[in-house]
Amino acid sequence: MTRDKTMPADAVVARLTSGMTLGIGGWGSRRKPMALVRALLRSDLTDFTVVSYGGPDVGLLAAAGKIRRLVTAFGTLDSVPLEPHFCAARQRGDFELTELDEAMVMWGLTAAAHRLPFMPIRAGLGSDVMTVNPGLRTVTSPYEDGEELVAVPALRLDAALVHLNRVDAQGNGQYLGPDPYFDDLFCQAADAAYVSCERVVDTAELLKDQGPQSLLVKRAFVTGVVESPNGAHFTSCAPDYDRDEAFQRAYVRAAKDPEAWPAFAERFLSGDEHSYQTAVAAFHEESA
Amino acid sequence: MNTITATRAEYSVVACAEAWRDAGEILASPMGTVPSIGARLAKLTFSPDLLLTDGEALLMGDVPALGAPSGVTEGWLPYRQHLALVASGRRHVMMGASQLDRYGNQNISCIGDWDRPKRQLLGVRGAPVNTLNNPTSYWVPRHSTRVFVEKVDMVSGVGYDRAAAAGPSATRYHRIPEVISDLGVFDFETPDRTMRLRSLHPGVTVGQVQEATGFALTIPDDVPYTRAPTAEELRLIRDVIDPKGLREREVPSA
Repeated sequence: MTRDKTMPADAVVARLTSGMTLGIGGWGSRRKPMALVRALLRSDLTDFTVVSYGGPDVGLLAAAGKIRRLVTAFGTLDSVPLEPHFCAARQRGDFELTELDEAMVMWGLTAAAHRLPFMPIRAGLGSDVMTVNPGLRTVTSPYEDGEELVAVPALRLDAALVHLNRVDAQGNGQYLGPDPYFDDLFCQAADAAYVSCERVVDTAELLKDQGPQSLLVKRAFVTGVVESPNGAHFTSCAPDYDRDEAFQRAYVRAAKDPEAWPAFAERFLSGDEHSYQTAVAAFHEESA
Repeated sequence: MNTITATRAEYSVVACAEAWRDAGEILASPMGTVPSIGARLAKLTFSPDLLLTDGEALLMGDVPALGAPSGVTEGWLPYRQHLALVASGRRHVMMGASQLDRYGNQNISCIGDWDRPKRQLLGVRGAPVNTLNNPTSYWVPRHSTRVFVEKVDMVSGVGYDRAAAAGPSATRYHRIPEVISDLGVFDFETPDRTMRLRSLHPGVTVGQVQEATGFALTIPDDVPYTRAPTAEELRLIRDVIDPKGLREREVPSA
């Protein structure tokens, strides 16, 4: 067990190409791989199909014009119900949308992880999800019930980006918060998965204080490990830290004001991850 | 303290609580302040078997005040288990609605043309899976013709007409027990499953409801008033569940 998969965030970006289908883990404004998203923002890569339970990951990539198609059920910041960049980009018609129910997204990822073409689900029938996705098909049960259900197509990903609390250098990933979200599914549905984390630890340390159920992602599904403390900021990464509500509010204010956004982006997003974290610390000192 | 002094918000709380009466050992999923108070009130009184989450992945083993942390956890319900629970039907959710039509079709996705919406909202979220799998009621804190519309722009939650048109797999577990607003309680107990006024909150007239509704409601000859909270229910609402009075912010007293 000597394969060291650790790499800097920019090395992850170097392995991606424009036009790829990217799955992004977390949920809304919870445990998003924001440091990896910020690395994408610094790159020239574009034209992505993004599959996400949408939060500021979607908002920032949309604001930067990097999304060609979005596959999602929503865009939210949790404590702020609507993701402002997601809303604005939709209203401008900046990207194509595959709008699915959140259970359909889970089933699409599950089908991809199981190498199945689709999974059957009741959700979607009767709703306009069927209208706005004319490619969606139904399937009839071959058993006596004869039920007609939606066949959610597999959401196979070129790459997955997720953020966890602890990972060893080989890619065994551990979550310490209350919800795994769908991060393991994202990794299994992808040809390559990149896991950022709060801390890279020795394998022996993973279960020092935790049960084996906390081991969410297996190294066989992981291509790269990025140590990125505070890397989910400003989303939550319990129990390491909660959502930075003050910063999220500042993000929302700037995102809602086309004249304020360039200054916000310049202040926080023009440099590397270190300068981002430094600018965030300065932001809190100012408002303290 | 007597029942006559109950506010509109408190009548709304009791109306929401009633949605979970006799529900049994299922998850109550309230969205919004008044439904959250209602679910906790139901659990503390006539529906003690209800399961409640902390808003994230934990099932609460106690009934804390709104906004206060839970001190006892009785179960774990991360998103993927939550979605499995939805499919099992052992849940009654009370969702919000940006638009709602006479058949109970609900929209939380966007306003205007979907291809290029005038106003992008949340997205369909779990409304399609909810409505086809577990009882789904709605809470509308400000009853108006902007919400109660002739036709919704994007069917997120499925109503009775659309479920019927989609066939037996769609209708099999589909049920919209109630719509509760700051003006009254509504259901779909009509021959064509269109919305009917079931009760008025005291102080509200039939004319007021009709004026605030963008389609023709079925109005029975005798419309009862929403039942008043008992003295004990008012005590629980005011002193135990919502001592900060958050309910009055969602439904302000006139």
